[in-house]
Amino acid sequence: MKTQEKVLDVKGLRVSFFTDEGEVPAVDDIDFYVREGEVLGIVGESGCGKSVTSLSVMGLIPNPPGKIIGGEIKLNGEELTTASEKRMRQIRGNEVAMIFQEPMTSLNPLFTIGSQLMDAMLIHKMGNKKQAKQRSIEMLKLVGLPRAEEMMSDYPHQLSGGMRQRVMIAMAMVCNPRLLIADEPTTALDVTIQAQILKLMRDLNEKMNTAIMMITHDLGVVAETCERIVVMYAGKVVETGPAVEIFKDPQHPYTRGLIQSVPDMRYKKQRLYSIPGNVPKPGSIKQGCRFADRCEFAFDRCRQEDPPLYKTAEGHSTRCFLFDEKEETVHDNRNTVKS
Amino acid sequence: MTTETLLRVENLKKHFPIRGGVLGKEIGSVKAVEGVSFEVKKGETLGIVGESGCGKSTTGRMLLRLIEPTDGKIYFEDQDVTELSTSDMRKLRRDMQMVFQDPFASLNPRHTVEKILEEPLKVHGIGTPKERKQKVRELLEIVGLSSYHAKRYPHQFSGGQRQRIGIARALMTQPKLIIADEPVSALDVSIQAQVLNLMQDLQKEFQLTYIVIAHDLGVVRHISDRVGVMYLGRMAELTESEKMYDKPLHPYTQALLSAVPIPDPLYEKDSIVLEGDIPSPSNPPSGCAFHTRCPYKMDVCTQKVPELREHEPGHYVACHLYTEEGSAAGQNKQLPEEGKHE
Ligand SMILES: Nc1ncnc2c1ncn2[C@@H]1O[C@H](COP(=O)(O)OP(=O)(O)OP(=O)(O)O)[C@@H](O)[C@H]1O
Ligand SMILES: Nc1ncnc2c1ncn2[C@@H]1O[C@H](COP(=O)(O)OP(=O)(O)O)[C@@H](O)[C@H]1O
Ligand code: SF4
Ligand code: SF4
Ligand SMILES: [Mg+2]
Ligand SMILES: [Mg+2]
Repeated sequence: MKTQEKVLDVKGLRVSFFTDEGEVPAVDDIDFYVREGEVLGIVGESGCGKSVTSLSVMGLIPNPPGKIIGGEIKLNGEELTTASEKRMRQIRGNEVAMIFQEPMTSLNPLFTIGSQLMDAMLIHKMGNKKQAKQRSIEMLKLVGLPRAEEMMSDYPHQLSGGMRQRVMIAMAMVCNPRLLIADEPTTALDVTIQAQILKLMRDLNEKMNTAIMMITHDLGVVAETCERIVVMYAGKVVETGPAVEIFKDPQHPYTRGLIQSVPDMRYKKQRLYSIPGNVPKPGSIKQGCRFADRCEFAFDRCRQEDPPLYKTAEGHSTRCFLFDEKEETVHDNRNTVKS
Repeated sequence: MTTETLLRVENLKKHFPIRGGVLGKEIGSVKAVEGVSFEVKKGETLGIVGESGCGKSTTGRMLLRLIEPTDGKIYFEDQDVTELSTSDMRKLRRDMQMVFQDPFASLNPRHTVEKILEEPLKVHGIGTPKERKQKVRELLEIVGLSSYHAKRYPHQFSGGQRQRIGIARALMTQPKLIIADEPVSALDVSIQAQVLNLMQDLQKEFQLTYIVIAHDLGVVRHISDRVGVMYLGRMAELTESEKMYDKPLHPYTQALLSAVPIPDPLYEKDSIVLEGDIPSPSNPPSGCAFHTRCPYKMDVCTQKVPELREHEPGHYVACHLYTEEGSAAGQNKQLPEEGKHE
């Protein structure tokens, strides 16, 4: 069941890393929200700030060198940026849980699957040991693992990559969180196993009404799982809107270039569209639109001012001067982008 | 593309020993490649796809004898590669070069780009130092870098630029065949497209023949003329790229294609979600290795290995649904619907 209620509401979030080379603004003033029971996709290329965003919500930014230097993160109405570490420990796993790309790094190789699952529950005081065991087995069954009872005494290395990711999902779901953050959950998996995990996540979203924040660089995964999308580039949100609209009518020149760069298995194109230049390092572009040096529509203003997000339709916004109504000179260009 | 065959592989096998116990005795083997045969025509691109561990890289490396085959034959322009002496093999590597997945790991971090690119010329005793430096600069420009990049070190380049250096290095000796093992899978989408376009341009310009190994089916469709699908060390299906995607015959190919997420939220696909995991190549299932996951499994499938056969002209498939044993045995046989992946 979807409501208009926001499980997560992030406003003006800024996260920087203070390194030998100075301040690296990994996430630079981003806004987004996740509604109850919905699947939100966050897409972008490596280094654009996807993982830093999700770690910020979890309160897991390594400090030092990282620090949230501005903005709000509201989870079920509660402000997290100022919450104590003690409170964050209660929230993590309980109200919001996270799964990562490489499940092996988040499972302890020295403990059995069962003891790790039960611990996750006992930490949050979800009943006694017996109940925890019962629920752990239920969770393993829920995520589609055969022989759940026996698997309780298996060690992580005895499982395949796909099985480990299922265990991670089981662990994330034990306390029935309202929000599940999945950071590249299928990137390390083979495509037939990826299909199983994506199906599982869709099922959990429907059955348990868990909202999912799906972070990925794979536009196919986004198209298949998400209702709304946030596109990030160099630490900023460049476009956000309903998935169907963004794929049908991408507005930001970067979004459009990205979608056209993907070789779609259904058709054979003579030549792929490709965005010139390289993905910038965060902080390397100090002024103007972060995409200007790769953008075929860039004009003077783009190199001088930071474009704000322009609302282009209900629930759809784009950070690009081509969508500034006052920018008469570029209307032709915008139509080119749209066509 | 011509009809002339550049490379022919017959029944290629690689078994890696598994050692155990105190004496390190051989207690088993990983059947990484289990009898693979195919041909590559001059000027074409053959794509090899399949999931992790199915033997793609092992196959690619055996062609250059970076891994010694356990069995089988490899003919390059009618020379039997498997019989060549070490020094003859070194000579042949002028004509067959490899591009690797990880541009980081495959370039020596302590050498300048110039030194890295010159290396293959030195190995083969090509040109004077001056000519070699000239050639390095030329190739840097050809792959879309600049000649002033010659003096830089690999870490000063982005992933996409490093892959361009890897491609330039492979081109230095003017090879006929390039084996590219996951050439774009470490790259971002926008950079991946640049490198794929570059590879296609170079193919035209230098009449190159490619074997492209990849797990991304979109990439493979885009770049390949023909595609081979591997599963647990064997070739399951081999045909022209168009046919493979429009009318896959093998149940594994059908499932694999239907599992690929399509970047279009309105696309309604007929998805076949396979149950279970890929079995281990150290203990592959009997008969057809896919029978543990196959929705069309018949009795014969667990007993007899299906051979790769030409089902239609140019369309090879290894599945009992298309053999006589299968047809005869097929009480519960349902032929997969054609064009399921429309
Ligand atoms: N040197 C080795 N010793 C033992 N086993 C090996 C060795 N190299 C590869 N293998 C095994 O052989 C099988 C095939 O490996 P290969 O690297 O060819 O797979 P691949 O298809 O390239 O997979 P990926 O998509 O993950 O690159 C795997 O089971 C692998 O573990
Ligand atoms: N621990 C860290 N120390 C310094 N910089 C970091 C650290 N983690 C992330 N960053 C910086 O933040 C940027 C965004 O990273 P990340 O969110 O991980 O990107 P992605 O979108 O690929 O998940 C990176 O380019 C990097 O420069
Ligand atoms: S603001 Fe200018 S440079 Fe940036 S995306 Fe729009 S047109 Fe391109
Ligand atoms: S041989 Fe049998 S098990 Fe193997 S793919 Fe064909 S029908 Fe399936
Ligand atoms: Mg990340
Ligand atoms: Mg490989």
